[in-house]
Amino acid sequence: MEQARKKKKFNHNFMKSQHHETETITINEHSQLYWLFSDSWVLIIRSMKHIFKNKDQFLGITIQPIMFMLLFGYVFGGAIETGGISYINFLVAGILVQTAAFGATTTSLSVATDLKRGIIDRFKSLPMASSAVMTGHVTADLVRNIISSIIMIVVALFMGFRPVASVIDWFLILGILLIFTFAFSWISAIMGLIAKSVEAVQWMGFFIVFPLTFASGAFVPTESMPRILKAFAENQPVTHVIEAIRALMVGTPTENHVWLSFIWSLAIIVISIPIAAKIFRSKTSQ
Amino acid sequence: MDEIYVKNLTKSFKDLEVLTGINLTVPKGTMLALLGPNGAGKTTTIRILSTLLKPDHGDIQIHGFDVRKEPEKVRRVIGLTGQFAAVDEFLTGRENLHMMGRLYHLPKSKVQEKVKELLIRFELVDAADRAVKTYSGGMRRRLDLAASLIATPPVIFLDEPTTGLDPRSRLTMWSIIEDLMDQGATILLTTQYLEEADKLADRIAVLDRGKIIAEGSASELKSRVGTERIELVIASKSNFEKAKTLFTGKDLKVDIENRTISNSTDGSVHSIKAVLDTLHAAGIEIDAMSVHKPTLDDVFLHFTGHGTSEKKEEIQS
Repeated sequence: MEQARKKKKFNHNFMKSQHHETETITINEHSQLYWLFSDSWVLIIRSMKHIFKNKDQFLGITIQPIMFMLLFGYVFGGAIETGGISYINFLVAGILVQTAAFGATTTSLSVATDLKRGIIDRFKSLPMASSAVMTGHVTADLVRNIISSIIMIVVALFMGFRPVASVIDWFLILGILLIFTFAFSWISAIMGLIAKSVEAVQWMGFFIVFPLTFASGAFVPTESMPRILKAFAENQPVTHVIEAIRALMVGTPTENHVWLSFIWSLAIIVISIPIAAKIFRSKTSQ
Repeated sequence: MDEIYVKNLTKSFKDLEVLTGINLTVPKGTMLALLGPNGAGKTTTIRILSTLLKPDHGDIQIHGFDVRKEPEKVRRVIGLTGQFAAVDEFLTGRENLHMMGRLYHLPKSKVQEKVKELLIRFELVDAADRAVKTYSGGMRRRLDLAASLIATPPVIFLDEPTTGLDPRSRLTMWSIIEDLMDQGATILLTTQYLEEADKLADRIAVLDRGKIIAEGSASELKSRVGTERIELVIASKSNFEKAKTLFTGKDLKVDIENRTISNSTDGSVHSIKAVLDTLHAAGIEIDAMSVHKPTLDDVFLHFTGHGTSEKKEEIQS
């Protein structure tokens, strides 16, 4: 019977050599740039679906900042001197930026997971721009951050947060926050690319984001810090972003913080995208 | 025309030579099985042929396109199914297929149509709208294969498509692969299982330490190896030396440690009886006797003089 089946198969093979049904693959009519955008769009949609389908991650990202807000607002806040403005009004900008920074590290997890799980092989074997994978994750980070920022602001309003920002100020705040997240997500993509394992990514993110957000003006005024720490805290990008957003929200002078935030974020983006692309290429082809 | 043409392919990772001059061709509409143990270089070969890795040397053409000079064109005509299901865990089966179709640059309407067709063909309709992380191993592999077929590529690479699957899923996979053959695809399949290569492929190439050591149809290889083997476990050590002298032949394998003697046989009652008669006449008792079809180990032993397990240890050390 085995033999009979084989024979039948060979006959089949013989017949189909004259009449084979494989279609030739449609050659696309569009430009390379068109396909770059198309591929990126398809992968952005993919990563956005992850936001809601990876429920554990989504809950973690939204609940953690609320916990922080409650912790600082009600537990530590009373003991922190913020000079004139209420602590909750002081705190919101810091929490928003910290959440954006931590949220951006999900890019590194997603990138590392794609590399380790083999789906990157599939993408590489397709006639597509496979680096669009990173664009997808970075963009999804932006969307995720907008969602968690809105949740946090609503919670803050219940806790007595009273912003005085105008509509234009709010757009500026959104802009600063998005470009900052975008910049951090690309750093994060690089970490995801160079990490040896998915687990390693988690502490790498923590290692970078933790000092940058805590040694900043996020939770306490930098004036209260020791001299060296104060010098670092006042000049690092996260502080500028926080001070800019805070000033816009509560109506204090923005000083240089707004444009310094943009410059820092843009500089990070301009440097990290080519680095990420280069590491991606060398990691995925040997 | 050869859909897959590989001449003198070599590849090293740092100092480790993985492929030391591979030659193979797969004519249009046929399947070649690349048979070999872990570490023989099967996956490396597939990765090079599907443009994921760059070869050190060699002339490689897929569907007439050079993998080094025209990787973009090669990617347009191949489907790749790797050892690990390369699908998105969080998306549903349908979403995965849809995404792959779009990334293949197929028109949207065509994608819809193909997704529907593939879900039916791969028996994934019921699970189509469930996240892949809820799928069984067999379902993942089927989805993975479906994803690589979304653009109906003429050349398909299957890297150990059934490794780790339960017997039932393996049978389903086999029948799917047979259907692909019937539709005229040219397939390069890698496997560790002689049975699989035998069942599916037109020709088999045996890969060992980065070299092809034998090539031919399943029956050609098997007739060179010996169709079946009879294995005897001699009851006492003292009789073993004597028993050993009773049998001859180039396929004779003797293992003093386990007191086993094995030899090729045609598997007929007559020849098995002859073996037992010989033992009986010499007054030698046995603990066990078995007749089995040639395994990958036998093929390796025949062509290389070493089994596959020895190879594995070497890889680990």
